[in-house]
Amino acid sequence: MADVLLSVEGLTRRFDVSKPWLNRVIEREERQFLTASESVSFEIKRGETFALVGESGSGKSTIAKMIVGLLEPSAGVIKFDGQEMDFASGAAMRTLRRRFQMIFQDPFASLNPRWRVDDIIAEPIRTFGLLRGAEISNEVGRLLDLVGLSAADGTKFPHEFSGGQRQRIAIARALSSKPEFIVCDEPTSALDVSVQAQILNLMRDLQDEFGLTYLLISHDLSVVRHMANRIGVLYLGRLVEVAESKRLFTDPQHPYTRMLLDAVPDLALSGRRRMPVTGEIPNPINPPSGCTFHPRCPKVMDICKTQNPRDFPTATGTAACHLLSQEAAVSGTD
Amino acid sequence: MATPLLSVRDLIVEFPTRRGTLRALDRVSFDIAEGEVLGMVGESGAGKSLTGAAIIGLLEPPGRIASGEIWLRGERIDNLPREKMRRIRGRRIGMVFQDPLTSLNPLYTVAEQLIETIRTHMDVSEKEARKRAVALLDRVGIPAAARRIDDYPHHFSGGMRQRVVIALALAAEPELVIADEPTTALDVSVQAQIIDVLKEICAERGASVLLITHDMGVIAETADRVAVLYAGRLAEIGPVRDVIQNAEHPYTAGLMGSIPTLTQTAERLTQIPGAMPRLNAIPQGCAFNPRCPKVFDRCYRDQPNLIARADGRQVSCWLYDAQVKEVSHG
Repeated sequence: MADVLLSVEGLTRRFDVSKPWLNRVIEREERQFLTASESVSFEIKRGETFALVGESGSGKSTIAKMIVGLLEPSAGVIKFDGQEMDFASGAAMRTLRRRFQMIFQDPFASLNPRWRVDDIIAEPIRTFGLLRGAEISNEVGRLLDLVGLSAADGTKFPHEFSGGQRQRIAIARALSSKPEFIVCDEPTSALDVSVQAQILNLMRDLQDEFGLTYLLISHDLSVVRHMANRIGVLYLGRLVEVAESKRLFTDPQHPYTRMLLDAVPDLALSGRRRMPVTGEIPNPINPPSGCTFHPRCPKVMDICKTQNPRDFPTATGTAACHLLSQEAAVSGTD
Repeated sequence: MATPLLSVRDLIVEFPTRRGTLRALDRVSFDIAEGEVLGMVGESGAGKSLTGAAIIGLLEPPGRIASGEIWLRGERIDNLPREKMRRIRGRRIGMVFQDPLTSLNPLYTVAEQLIETIRTHMDVSEKEARKRAVALLDRVGIPAAARRIDDYPHHFSGGMRQRVVIALALAAEPELVIADEPTTALDVSVQAQIIDVLKEICAERGASVLLITHDMGVIAETADRVAVLYAGRLAEIGPVRDVIQNAEHPYTAGLMGSIPTLTQTAERLTQIPGAMPRLNAIPQGCAFNPRCPKVFDRCYRDQPNLIARADGRQVSCWLYDAQVKEVSHG
């Protein structure tokens, strides 16, 4: 049952951020590249929620866009249900696209303000030619019902809805092509907490009902903790740790994960002792040598400054940190 | 009890519109003691920022204070002439806004902005002002402050910019700092640092803080007491620990339940059905009555006032009215 629905291998994306040609010649500057994602690999099993967390600039959204085919990778392979995504072939991409959908962060920007809600939701159905005529409006009504709105809301325009209701519309549209896989890019970060709870609960219910697989992108660790089965932590475009949700929060392996957990405000007022956070994410155009986290790492060693760590296996996943190689060596000699 | 540093009494802010007057804040009353950090939480549109703007005299027209009083250390400040208010703003009350890019002028260096602020409010020489500015930047944690002070705001990262804004707010040694969503635009790891700086430096200088945010976690980390706003009305006010761990108002309880935490294991979040009403559609009686799980007939009829509870807590909910209790016991 635990078959892999999506696998990503060595996914890399570079953006050319060079100045125009003439400036480069006059100012004698090299071309400049920003590596938004650097050989990222992970797998998502059918029916699970895999989350990617990281701070701004860590490459979360870039990876999401590559997976849904909005952005072409510079290198690496994306396999959906065993089939490699071929960005060159329009027809192949179209058939794949029906099977995955995306929910965006800002429900004010992701819905066309000039379209009525039923047209917005029906668009994927019409594009993929799934239904015709009266069946379409029945299906739209059913979808609206499913996400907690009423079928009569279909004749309204997006501006007549609140932020939470718009996100429900976006979810209904994502469901309309009967996808197996939904990429949710910060689905609740534009919403108030009480509305966020409604949307998160709805997403869970829909997952149970339709056996959906989610890739959840978020900067909010508590949301991720609540929703995900497995979590990948990104730092400057690299996946520094992957672990099962519970394990990641109780026993983080990578120092960055630990720092991120320590930075979350302590709502329970448990008074747990925490390490003060230091530094900020460096400029991704010119990242530090070796392990990119080394300037902020409390446990930095000499090797970290020169050598980029490979992924070392942990209890429920992997972590890219030289500390683990030492531990492995120590336990190996015992 | 000593006079509080800031005292807000029955503050009503209204927006006259063509379709009638909208009441954005309705009889909001609270005090901030000397050196205290008061957190103010609420969802978007609850009136958090408006409260801050009303205190500092920066309500955008046509918004206006319809009634109520604001006292700063025993002096009434809500009806001061514009020029007098301008002297209080910046000098006695400092502001930290959400977006550090809009609160700093991109055309002036950080030094120019800090020195201008210091010299506007204090009688010091240019040289002395610069010295103070460097010391301030150093205090808020900007590395190599003496060199970086001549940089422009765009040279700084988001977190560093917010540090500059904090330095700017504290430049004239104000008695009260109003921080309106100071960390909302920042990443968590930077947020933690900014909160620490704000907390430390205000404690050091004995400044009180009104911390406005939608993030209950930030309040839990920072504030002594918390005021919960709902649809322009205070739902509950009390010590942070009490309110978070044992909320009395059903809205606060619902709000706390809807926040996912790092430690809980609940499968589903408790959710409050519906959304906060718009200002033109606030229901009669208690504004929370359509969404309240414990609603009863009185809630549809009368609007509750803040009811004093034990340990300095106040809650505006008919559940805690003494008469109701008697009736239910009888």
